[in-house]
Amino acid sequence: MAMEGIFTGIAASMRELLAGAPPWLENLSMGFLYLVGVLAFIFLNALYLIYLERKISAYMQQRIGPNRLGPHGLLQSVADAVKLLGKEDIIPRGADKWVFLIAPILIFIPATMLYAVIPFGKGMIAADLNIGVFYFLAVASTTTIAILMGGWSSNNKYTLLGSMRSVAQMVSYEIPLTFSVLGVVMLAGSLQTSQIVMAQEKVWYVLLQPVAFIIFFIAATAEVNRAPFDLVEGEQELIAGPYTEYTGMRFALFYSSEYANLVSVSALAVTLFLGGWHGPWLPSWLWFVIKLYIMIFIFMWVRWTFPRIRIDHLLSFNWKVLLPLSLANILVTGVGIKIYQLLTLGRW
Amino acid sequence: MYENIEQLQLFFPEVTIENGIDMTTVNVPVEKLLPVMKQLKDNFGFNYLAGLTAVDYNEEDRIEVAYHLMGIPEAKEIRVKVNLNREKPEVCSVTSIWPAANVQERETYDLLGVIFKGHPNLTRILCPDDMVGHPLRKDFKKEGGE
Amino acid sequence: MAEKNGNLRTEEIQLNMGPQHPSTHGVYRALLTLDGERVVGVENIIGYLHRGIEKLAEDRTYTQFIPYTDRLDYLAGMLNNLGYVQTVEKMMDIEIPERAEYLRVIMAELSRIASHMIMIASMALDVSGWTAWFPPFRERERILDLFEMVCGSRLTLSYMRIGGVANDIPEGFLPNLEKFLNDLPRMIDEVNGLITGNEIFKARCQGVGKLDLDTAIAYGVTGPNLRASGLPFDLRKAKPYGIYDRFEFDVPTLNNGDSYDRFVIRLLEIEQSAKIIRQAISNLPDGPIKAKVPRVIKLPKGEVYHQIEGAKGILGFYLVSDGGTKPYRLHIHSPSFVNLGVLPLISIGETVQDFVVNIASIDIVLGEVDR
Repeated sequence: MAMEGIFTGIAASMRELLAGAPPWLENLSMGFLYLVGVLAFIFLNALYLIYLERKISAYMQQRIGPNRLGPHGLLQSVADAVKLLGKEDIIPRGADKWVFLIAPILIFIPATMLYAVIPFGKGMIAADLNIGVFYFLAVASTTTIAILMGGWSSNNKYTLLGSMRSVAQMVSYEIPLTFSVLGVVMLAGSLQTSQIVMAQEKVWYVLLQPVAFIIFFIAATAEVNRAPFDLVEGEQELIAGPYTEYTGMRFALFYSSEYANLVSVSALAVTLFLGGWHGPWLPSWLWFVIKLYIMIFIFMWVRWTFPRIRIDHLLSFNWKVLLPLSLANILVTGVGIKIYQLLTLGRW
Repeated sequence: MYENIEQLQLFFPEVTIENGIDMTTVNVPVEKLLPVMKQLKDNFGFNYLAGLTAVDYNEEDRIEVAYHLMGIPEAKEIRVKVNLNREKPEVCSVTSIWPAANVQERETYDLLGVIFKGHPNLTRILCPDDMVGHPLRKDFKKEGGE
Repeated sequence: MAEKNGNLRTEEIQLNMGPQHPSTHGVYRALLTLDGERVVGVENIIGYLHRGIEKLAEDRTYTQFIPYTDRLDYLAGMLNNLGYVQTVEKMMDIEIPERAEYLRVIMAELSRIASHMIMIASMALDVSGWTAWFPPFRERERILDLFEMVCGSRLTLSYMRIGGVANDIPEGFLPNLEKFLNDLPRMIDEVNGLITGNEIFKARCQGVGKLDLDTAIAYGVTGPNLRASGLPFDLRKAKPYGIYDRFEFDVPTLNNGDSYDRFVIRLLEIEQSAKIIRQAISNLPDGPIKAKVPRVIKLPKGEVYHQIEGAKGILGFYLVSDGGTKPYRLHIHSPSFVNLGVLPLISIGETVQDFVVNIASIDIVLGEVDR
C-alpha cells in the first residue's frame, strides 16, 4: 500500500541519497532525520493536544471552548504559543540563575529521548534497542530531576513544595509501573518494543494482562502528573507547583513537555497492551495514531471527571494497593505461563 | 438555670436592668463585667456571643461597649453594656468565656481603641498595623471628608 | 511528616497563602506554618478589603446606606438589604405591606440559593473537580437574570427599601421563577452525580476540618456551618423575623461537622429555600409594595439590634440613633468574620490540601469579613 510506506519511504530514499557517503555521515544524518521527525511529532501533538483538551473539557462542561481563531478555534494553540514567545522572560531575583534557566530545557531532553524506542508503525522505530522497555522507564524517571531543579532554583516555597511532592510521587509510582510492565515482558519474552508488538499479532496483551493494564494506567497517570494525581502542580494549593515562577517560553516548555510525556506514556501503553501498530486495512502508523488518541482521550476524560487526591492518600494507595497488586499479578502471570507450557508442550 | 433576667440582681445588686426597644438591656459597672458575663453564660443560658462592639459618645466623654448575647437554641437575646472612660477605655476581655470574642475584640480595639485586658493577641485586625488613631471614634479626621 | 529520628534535621517553613492565591476566595491571607505538608500554625490576616463601611454609614442617611449593604456579602445582596431595612423598620414601627413581605422572602431565599451555589461550585473547584463547577454556576446565572428582571442589576441589587421594596415584579417573572425552581432538582442531581458521591471527594472531605458542636457555639459559628455540626438552629425558625413564621420548612441538620457535611448541608438548604419560595409564590397577595414612609427618615433616639439568618450565618445590625437623619453608629456583625475565627482551630494538624478544603467549606466572603 502506498500510504503504508510514506514514512519508511522517506527514510529509505534518504539512505539511498547517502549511499556513497562514509558510514558516520550516514548515521549522523539519519539520526538527525529521526530527531526532526520526533520533534515535529511532539510539537504538533502538544499544540493539537492543548486544543483537544480544551475542546473535550468544554464539551464535558456544557461549554463550546475555543472557537474564534481559525475554523473551530483550531489556531488557538498557535496563537497561545506565539503569545508566550513574546512574553518577558522573568528570572526571580533570588533564583539560582543557571539551574533555573536549564531546567525547562532539561525537562525536554528525556521527553524527546523516550520516542526513540516507540514503534510508530511497521519498521518505524528510531532505535530498536533490545532493552527498549527498560530504557523507556529509566529515561522517563529522570523527568523528576528537571522538575526538582526548576522547583528548587525558583527560590519560592510553593515551587519547593511542588517539587518535593513530585519526587515523592514519581519515585513511588515508578515501582508499580515497572512491575505492571513486567507481566507483559514475561509474556513476550523480550524487552524489545518491536518484539513485544510482534508478539501481539494475534491477541493484545490488554486481554491477557487486564490487571497489569489498569495498574499501568493508574501509575502512568501519576507519572505524568495528570489529574487526579496532579499534585505536583496542584493549582488550588500550590498555584502552579514548580512552574510558578516561570514565564513565557520557559513556562511553555514545561507545559508542552507535560503533553509530550502524556503522548509518550500513551504510546507505551499502546505498544505494550493495545497491540501497537497492528490492525487491519489501514496503514500501520495510522492504527498506531488512532489507538494513541483513544488512550489520550481516556486520560483527558479522567482528568475532567475526578477531583484531586490528597498527598497521603496518594502515597498510601501506591504502597498499600498498587504495589501488592502488581506483585500478585507477576506471580499469577508466572504460574499461568508455566501451566500453559505444561498443557501445550507437555513440559515445564 | 434561671429564667428571669431580674434574678441577676440577686447576684449583682449593682447592675441595672431596663427594657430596650428590642431586648432587655443590662448595664454593668466595668469592674463587675467578667463575673456578670460568667453568670449569664453559666446560669442564664446565654451561651452564644452574638455581637460585640462599642459606640463612641464623645460629647458625653464615654465609650460604651455593647455585648449582645443569645441563648442557643431558645434564641433569647440580651444586651449587656458597660461604660468606659474615653481617655482610658479599658475593660476585661471575655475571650475566656466565649472564644468568639477574640476577633470581635480585636476589631473593636482596632476601630475604637478599646483596650481589652487579658486578650491573647490584641493587635489591629482590619486597619494597617502602622495606622494612627481609631477610625470609628467620632473625632477621627477623615481625608477628603467634610 | 518530618522525621524526628536520627540526625535528620527538619525545619518548619512559613508559607504566605494569599492575598493573591487561587483558593483563598478573595483577598484573604493565611500565614501558614508548615511541617512538610502538615499545617502546624495558621494566622488569619484580613483587612485587605476594608472599606470602612461602618464609618461611611455615619455620613449617609438611612436610605442612602442601602446600596452599601450590597457590598458586604456580595454573593447574597438581598439578604443584606433585608437585614438592614428590617433593622431600621424595627425602630420606626411601621406596617410593611403584605405583598412586599412576600416579595422580600422570595428574593432573600433566591439570594440564599445563589450564595450556596457559589459555595458548592467553589468547593468543588478547590478539590479540582472542575466539571462540577458548571451546573451550580449555570443555575445561579438564572437567579441573576431573575434579579435583573426585578431591579435591573445582577449583583449589587439594592432592591429592598425602608417600608417595602423598590419595584413590583415585572410580567414574566413568576413563570421564569417557576421554571427555575422546577429545574433546580436536576442541578442538585448533577452535582451529586459529579462530585458529592465521588470517592476521591469523600476521601478529601470526610473527617477533614472537624468542628464539634460545643466548639462551634463557643466560637460563635452560625448558619449552615453550625447546622452541619448537629444543631438545628436557624433564626428563621427559632426567632422568625418578617413573615417567616408563616412558612413550612425543615432545618436540615447533619452530625459530623466535617467539611463534607458542610458541603452537603448547603445542597439540602437549597431544597428547603426552594420550598419556601414555592409557598411564597402561591400565597403572594396583591396590593401595594411600599408603605408610606416620610421622605426624610428620622429615627427616635435609641438603639436596636436585629439579626437575620444570612447565607453564611447570623447577620446582625446594631443601629444606634441619636434622633437625627443619619445613624449615630452602625455596627455590622457579619457571619463570615466570626466563622473565619474558627478556621485556624480546625485546620491545625491537617495538610495544606485540607486547609484549602476548610476555607472553602467555611464559606467566607471577604466583602463581609473586612466590611
